[in-house]
Amino acid sequence: MTRPSTVSKTRHGDPATDPPAPGPGTARQRGRQPRPGRGGVLALFLTPALVLFLLLVIAPILVASYASLYKWNGFGLPENFIGLDNYTRAFQDPTFRGDLWRGFVLVLLSLVVQLPAALALAMLLNQPLRGRAAYRLIFFAPYVLSEVTTAVLFDLVFSPNRGLGDAIAAWLSADAGTVFADPDTVLYAVFLVVSWKYFGLYMMLFLAARQGIPKELSEAAVTDGASAWQAFRHVTLPLLGPTIRISIFLSVIGTIQLFDMVWVLTRGGPIHSSETMAVTMYEFGFRRFEVGYASAISIIMFLLSLVFALFYQRIVLRRDTAGAITNQGGER
Amino acid sequence: MTATVDRARRTRSLVLHLVCVAVGALIVVPVWFGVLGGFKDNGQLSTNPLGWPDPWRPSNYTDILTSGVFWRQLGNSLLIAVSSTAIVVAAAAMAAFVFARYAFRGREFLVTLFAIGLMFPFAVAILPLFVLLRGMGLLDNPLGVILPQAAFGLPITIIILRQFFRTIPAEVEEAAVLDGCGSFGFFWRVLLPMARPALATVSVLAVVTSWNNFMLPLVVFTDQSWWTLPVGVQAFQGQYTAETARVLAYVVLSMVPALGFYAVAERQLIGGLTGSVKG
Repeated sequence: MTRPSTVSKTRHGDPATDPPAPGPGTARQRGRQPRPGRGGVLALFLTPALVLFLLLVIAPILVASYASLYKWNGFGLPENFIGLDNYTRAFQDPTFRGDLWRGFVLVLLSLVVQLPAALALAMLLNQPLRGRAAYRLIFFAPYVLSEVTTAVLFDLVFSPNRGLGDAIAAWLSADAGTVFADPDTVLYAVFLVVSWKYFGLYMMLFLAARQGIPKELSEAAVTDGASAWQAFRHVTLPLLGPTIRISIFLSVIGTIQLFDMVWVLTRGGPIHSSETMAVTMYEFGFRRFEVGYASAISIIMFLLSLVFALFYQRIVLRRDTAGAITNQGGER
Repeated sequence: MTATVDRARRTRSLVLHLVCVAVGALIVVPVWFGVLGGFKDNGQLSTNPLGWPDPWRPSNYTDILTSGVFWRQLGNSLLIAVSSTAIVVAAAAMAAFVFARYAFRGREFLVTLFAIGLMFPFAVAILPLFVLLRGMGLLDNPLGVILPQAAFGLPITIIILRQFFRTIPAEVEEAAVLDGCGSFGFFWRVLLPMARPALATVSVLAVVTSWNNFMLPLVVFTDQSWWTLPVGVQAFQGQYTAETARVLAYVVLSMVPALGFYAVAERQLIGGLTGSVKG
């Protein structure tokens, strides 16, 4: 616990300015002109954010990890210590294992359907096209609607006997009224609604990235005799790599956290066939008061996100964002 | 020669338009179905889901607009969105200023801590938050939603603002200091005014996030008078399961403010999303 040498005693005695620094500290701090009351300024400016964050983000995570080791109904203090039993229970529970599998399916669908479609549309909207701005506005609009509103709307669109779904299904001679009631189709139906809301976001990200690529590059390729497809495949696509990788990342993290949409559309049913980890967690935590077990599920969700993020950062994003999470140097 | 090129170009642009219109239809038609459906009754919905209402029945909409419940939920959503946005932007701007322009031991650790915060889904914290808020007596209190939302919004807001603050040249700061600005004066009188576009961007992101949040208000507010629009829409759906047209009207009305905001703030929203990804 060392303070920077330039610090005059902080008026607030706020420990926030001197946490143990596990990472490489910045090397350039000694021998700089001391500012008057620098430590005080740091403490003053950091306090609001740190207090909020430690109290309402970090503390709950710690409490959840603590509670996950107990059999606890959420009232009073957790006393019945059971070690890792909640975790073993989760991994033996067919519903939770199903959650993991369904999450995997949703991510896979997103990778093979949603993201490619978004990419194709972004390339399309990059062409000179009359009314391009209007199309872009419409494609992105669902992103601002809440998941709940979207879910209720589609629940009604596909409601049996009086929805739009029936009209469309009549064409396809299928039975639209049951897509959310049939265990075999419900997950795909949920995926379609999720995609409806989010594909515009990915399209927007791809479009912004595409417009950041100098025109000359693909033009040069075409001049050198590449077909449009070859130019896209060998010039544009690699340059879009960072954005594509970030989108995959967002998609995975989003899927791990999926709750609102499923809760409103199906409550995870029928017979758990559209349930997600977050829904299972909610069910146990707020309905059955098995707070210990529900906490274990939420910690697993967190660890999955974190491990995936770190792995992704190390392996996949290393080339793109050398130090996006930890910006070394660049001090002033 | 030119004629064939011309025709090829026209065919191509026609195909592009067709694709765009098809995708646009996928988005517009369900919403349009909702808008028209709100003017129908259930009988009409089942016989004529897509056509014009016949006769037009504005009662679904007028009932909702005159009942007061909808307006109260709209007000609650607005109060919560504005308050949590103000808090998160203020706290994040101060922290980002320090992270961007000061070197101190432990800075990297703190920045990393906030960055890891991006991985925290609400779902992870919701149970202990609920217990914590219950202990603090903040259940059924808007602060119970405003403060946690602000806290969860910090990571992304700090990241975007920090990026922006770093682009402001050191010379500007030196000039300000020469002119007698202290750190606080520089932050307040020079940095924040310069960062207006970035502040607008993060504010828009925070408003949209808050507006659409569902899980937190769902568990914090048992008292209906505090419900926000998403909770209200969901409850309305449960209450009137058999009256599709009425629920459609409620859904459509709750979409209006969001779409209106989008029309006004689309540029900032897109700038914020693309900017945060570039980070």
